[in-house]
Amino acid sequence: MTPPDVALAPPRPGPLPSLVKYARIFRVALIERMTYRSDFLLGTILRFLPIVTTVLLWRAIYEGSGQAELGGFNYREMIAYLLLTNISRMFSSMPGLAGGIAREVREGTLKRYLIQPLDLLGYLLSSRVAHKVAYITMSFLPYAGLFYLCRGYFDGFPDPLQMLAFVVSLVLAFVVGFYFEASVGMVGFWFLEVTSVLYIVMTLNFFISGHMLPLDLLPQPWSGLLKVLPFQYMAYFPAVVFQGKVRGTELLLHLALELFWAVAFAVLARTLYRAGLKRYSAFGG
Amino acid sequence: MPIIEVEGLTKTYRVFQKKEGLLGALRGLYRREYKEVKAVAGINFSIEPGEMVAFLGPNGAGKTTTLKMLSGLIYPTAGDATVLGHVPWRREDAYRRRFALVMGQKNQLWWDLPAGDSFQLHREIYSIPRDQFDRTLGELAELLGVEKLTRQAVRELSLGERMKMELIAALLHGPQVLLLDEPTIGLDVVAQAAIQKCLRDYHASRGVTMLLTSHYMRDVEALCDRVIVITHGTLVYDGPLAGIVERFGESKLVRLQFEGPAPERREMERYGEVSRLEGPFADVRIERSRIAGALADVLNRHALADVSVEDPPLEEVIAKVFEEARLAHDAA
Repeated sequence: MTPPDVALAPPRPGPLPSLVKYARIFRVALIERMTYRSDFLLGTILRFLPIVTTVLLWRAIYEGSGQAELGGFNYREMIAYLLLTNISRMFSSMPGLAGGIAREVREGTLKRYLIQPLDLLGYLLSSRVAHKVAYITMSFLPYAGLFYLCRGYFDGFPDPLQMLAFVVSLVLAFVVGFYFEASVGMVGFWFLEVTSVLYIVMTLNFFISGHMLPLDLLPQPWSGLLKVLPFQYMAYFPAVVFQGKVRGTELLLHLALELFWAVAFAVLARTLYRAGLKRYSAFGG
Repeated sequence: MPIIEVEGLTKTYRVFQKKEGLLGALRGLYRREYKEVKAVAGINFSIEPGEMVAFLGPNGAGKTTTLKMLSGLIYPTAGDATVLGHVPWRREDAYRRRFALVMGQKNQLWWDLPAGDSFQLHREIYSIPRDQFDRTLGELAELLGVEKLTRQAVRELSLGERMKMELIAALLHGPQVLLLDEPTIGLDVVAQAAIQKCLRDYHASRGVTMLLTSHYMRDVEALCDRVIVITHGTLVYDGPLAGIVERFGESKLVRLQFEGPAPERREMERYGEVSRLEGPFADVRIERSRIAGALADVLNRHALADVSVEDPPLEEVIAKVFEEARLAHDAA
């Protein structure tokens, strides 16, 4: 055993070392992610199957309606849109995040974040970034193949500036998605059983984020309303940016709004976490 | 200066009273009835640096609640506590880097990761210098005999191995205060002894202050000189381990071996409760004040080959302390 190091002063981390800490946690989580690569690959391939049915379904809808355009989308654009929302969701969906937080509260593993110098949201964010980096890297090739096969539905790549806006919208979609789901997970502090709440929220989100169909297809005032809400940034918005349907000042305005919602959800998640901890520390632990 | 100071620490829980049956459940939806449960009712104690203290009490006495307050997991309803000069429930990082809590029934390691990965995470979380990390990990893993298991997912380990890993994880950052809640619960004797030895060695080399709860008196006897007994949220004893036997162990076990066959049961029962009588052997439990007289009397009448006087097992004494406290509480 080493001699007593009573004199050892506890390291005092400023903001920078603290950042380094979470960056390292990110690295450890990334290594962990990579160990599951086989079921990962299989999962990615299985994900493509519903796309085939989607294509067939919308072909039937367009043929049945007898119209060339629905809500400003022709058949080719519609398929392209639905393919693109898969990219949006690749960034904004957070499987297991909300349920995971609720479970940590219920099963008491939350203690770890109270006892150790470790922040729950900071930890979850860094491991989620690691998860996403691994996931996006590994599904890059299969997705590239898919989009190559479906190239007939697209009119080539958008111009560089639009492409940049698309990338920015995706990164922000990740932040919005993360803090939105984290906020939902904090409900676990008040209710023991959250599965049904999560199910409702996620199902609703599938629809109001525009993952299922473009928001423009809905009658007014619904489509207008849904475009004011933050959920569209998790699926609809990045897709239409790629398609060039939002341009100029409107595009900038929406990017600013997306940033606003990212910050707003971050503040909400943090506030709920603080309130939840207060309750947790008063009642149980 | 004490390293842990507790004054008037109190924790009251509000417990929701569930009504019986469907109708009761429905009524509970709009009108909830609560009962106040005093888990800890104003306790005081202080612990000096380097002490190893056992925190004893029956289930539900308030031991775990106290440990949770000392580790900052829950707020007290009233009273104060400082550990290492910090108020635990403020959860300052400066405090959290200097203590550790080990709970025998709750794991803190990442379940799906090998313990080694969790240790690496701990290194980052606590910003432990690499050389200190490698040295401590090597020593602890060797001491506990788990060097070969650090690459295996934690969920695949046996309970004993898992507990050893938990202990390593808790000690990696060199905590100055170690709070242990039932660290050996459910472990076999060998694993228990290994954990005890590790704690003892760690204490000897680092001078760490330890407060532990356990239902195994073996742990207490092996590790602690001082005992704090708490029942129903109140402190009933605080002092040396030996003192508790003095104070609460009113009788001793006198083991006699006669030259010839032991006398009849009726004769021996005059001295006290006979727990064994076969061949030349007789074990009698005799009140402390009467031991000298009883021995003189036996020697007068019979020839003895051997005699020994033993304190009753600690378990028995503690059980008696708990029982007395329960009766006093029920009467109040």
